[in-house]
Amino acid sequence: MEPILQIKNLTHTYGIGTPFQRSAVEDMSFDVYSGEFLGIIGHTGSGKSTLIQHLNGLLKPTSGQVLLRGKDIWAEPKKIRDVRFQVGLVFQYPEYQLFEETVYKDIAFGPANMGKRGDELDCCVREAARLVGIRDDQLEKSPFELSGGQKRRVALAGVIAMEPQVLVLDEPTAGLDPAGRENLMANIRDYHRNKHTTVILVSHSMDEIAQNVDRILVLKSAHVLMSGTPAEVFARGQELLAAGLDVPQVTRIAMALRERGLAIDPAVYTVRDLERQLLALRKGGAVC
Amino acid sequence: MATMIKTENLKYAYPVEEGEKQTFALRGVDLEIEKGSFVVVLGHNGSGKSTLAKTFNGVLLPAGGKVYVEGMDTCDENLLLAIRQRVGMVFQNPDNQIVANVVEEDVAFAPENLGVPTEEIRKRVDDALKAVGMSEFVRHAPHLLSGGQKQRIAIAGVIAMEPACIVLDEATAMLDPIGRQEVLSTVHRLNREKGITVILITHHMNEAEEADRVIVMDDGMVAMDGSPRQVFTQVDALRSMGLTVPDTVDLLDRLQKDGLDVPLDALTVEECAGAIAAALRAN
Amino acid sequence: MLKDITLGQYFPGDTVAHKLDPRTKILLVVLYIAALFSARGVVGYAMMALCLAACVRISRVGLKALVRGLKPVLFIIIFTGILNLFFTPGDRYLLEWGILKISDTGLRNAVFMVVRIMLLIMGTFLMTYTTSPISLTDGLEQLLGGLKRFHVPVHELAMMMSIALRFIPTLIEETDKIMSAQKARGADFESGNLMQKAKALIPILVPLFISAFRRADELAVAMECRCYHGGEGRTKLHVLKYERRDYIALALGVLVVAAVLVLRHMGL
Repeated sequence: MEPILQIKNLTHTYGIGTPFQRSAVEDMSFDVYSGEFLGIIGHTGSGKSTLIQHLNGLLKPTSGQVLLRGKDIWAEPKKIRDVRFQVGLVFQYPEYQLFEETVYKDIAFGPANMGKRGDELDCCVREAARLVGIRDDQLEKSPFELSGGQKRRVALAGVIAMEPQVLVLDEPTAGLDPAGRENLMANIRDYHRNKHTTVILVSHSMDEIAQNVDRILVLKSAHVLMSGTPAEVFARGQELLAAGLDVPQVTRIAMALRERGLAIDPAVYTVRDLERQLLALRKGGAVC
Repeated sequence: MATMIKTENLKYAYPVEEGEKQTFALRGVDLEIEKGSFVVVLGHNGSGKSTLAKTFNGVLLPAGGKVYVEGMDTCDENLLLAIRQRVGMVFQNPDNQIVANVVEEDVAFAPENLGVPTEEIRKRVDDALKAVGMSEFVRHAPHLLSGGQKQRIAIAGVIAMEPACIVLDEATAMLDPIGRQEVLSTVHRLNREKGITVILITHHMNEAEEADRVIVMDDGMVAMDGSPRQVFTQVDALRSMGLTVPDTVDLLDRLQKDGLDVPLDALTVEECAGAIAAALRAN
Repeated sequence: MLKDITLGQYFPGDTVAHKLDPRTKILLVVLYIAALFSARGVVGYAMMALCLAACVRISRVGLKALVRGLKPVLFIIIFTGILNLFFTPGDRYLLEWGILKISDTGLRNAVFMVVRIMLLIMGTFLMTYTTSPISLTDGLEQLLGGLKRFHVPVHELAMMMSIALRFIPTLIEETDKIMSAQKARGADFESGNLMQKAKALIPILVPLFISAFRRADELAVAMECRCYHGGEGRTKLHVLKYERRDYIALALGVLVVAAVLVLRHMGL
């Protein structure tokens, strides 16, 4: 797979020259492959929020590079807006940024800024609305008449309508109840599968990341701690716990079972997998 | 045991536009909250749990039925101030509860409103900050604090009133895991050490694990009411209400359905692992 | 980006200037302005400058911070200076160039006006740098307390002011977030003429206003839950009390005004 985004030795320092100088991101390097579903996890203070704002050129690196399809996004600073149409970023609680008179117009804001007009624009808006589950009759309503969950979908549609090649989502399920969370993640999974867009999901929740992504990037204190598939990352569960991060509850159950002498694969992270392993053990009688 | 809050056939409907049908957010709730208990109210968005919380100190008044706080009727305007001093409330948005731009001034807000003498206010502010573990931030600017720290300041601001009960209306919803943990351990400690009744409204199942009592709201009514073990083991019922169960219970439920002799109420990771290991050995 | 605004910010400290009662400081600023506008001659202005220098020294704020406060009004200062320089009639003319004439009076006035504005702004900022917004509103509330008799809602106004001050950093942070989110959708706040730039502000102002109203709503409920019921019967954590240093400071202030008036009378 080709890397669509490459981060090379990225450093971002706030407040240079003042007593408040600090590097939120320090010498980070990693690749994002085309079409993958990448999860980024880390505590507040790990550099998550600063990092994602570099992916679409909202922030300029203090040093290091961000390459989109091999080209430095800051090579032509005047054209940085174009990058934002190709790498779509949805912030936390995006429903607080809605402003237009109708849902339709708000979703159209992004593609209109790209220069789209007429039928082309209409197409983008309706397709994006459909992808997030907004009905036709809701398009002419004021966004402020909708519920919190619906408003969030409108905000999401507003970025999807730009048809970005990479979609970055910062805690898209923050504040939603379990059913709402599951619903939205299912929507995002469908979007990823059908559109083959590269999706980057930033989250606090190990469980949410574990159930949805192809690869995980773990951040800690402005650095990349580790990266790999969920199996590879959670096999190093002890390291994660030692670094003050969490592991999925299922992984912790597996660890506790191993401590009691059961032969459980430490890289397990879904309930179904653990169930399967335990049933196999029961059949095989491999208990000491 | 003494009753902190009692509701009788409590009904509430939000105001609607002309011509629209009125929907009841609360459709006849009968509850008695014991003094000193730690109660978690669970439910999906729209179940009425937040509406219920707001009736506990008169922010919302019943459209039918009654709410009594230590025997005081919340519908009585003259008693409202006394009721609000007994039942304090912490809300979801950390920023929108902070009134002052110095921590000690914000914590002092409630006692100032109650006309507490100046030296006594000083003492209450210092004690409250100590109780939530934020003493070193006494002269800080609140807007520079983290979400968890802001909510702890909000809790301090409520404790400074010396209430008998604290209601947390989805107070952890906007926090990261660390912030959530800070708030939870703070209120558990307040409940244990000072005997303050705590009512925690949330949709995070794992916050109910250490509660004395779990109430599940659904469609404006109480759907389940019991200890965490009693409630969490009703896996299918909870799922049908749009809630999840902890992975421990989910795993045990599946294994039980597969024929393994495991209990459903081993909620914590350690209990769960122990129960599974024991069942496999017995096999 | 917007967080770098230091206009009127408070720098905590332990100096006499910080410890003065806020009412004293407000009254001193009033006296200072009165004196400043009464000064006529070189000696008068020199004395005011010396006064300010003494206060700056006592408060240990640092000249750099004060001068930085002049930046936003630099245009007004220069404009006033130029107006006075070229368009004041006088007895003797030093330079002439069409309608632009520099008279000796013009030169004098220009210098004095510029110095006056600079001293005025630096003096006022010195007060806000050494007095926290809360104590400022407390001080104002006390000083204007007498107006309550005339049904002026002094407490409510003071409460409004202190809440507004408390929310300034929060709203600035929110504006930053909204701007980033709209930029992420291709919003352009830099290019275009004045009309276009004004239109580009709508995606920021609408969410900001709606959010502000929602905050106000939630804050009001939170305040009521903490038993807020207006100014009746309210006590305070910090009670304002005049100390000896306040009386001394006020006496000095009055002396300065008197001295300036005397100097003015003497033509200095």
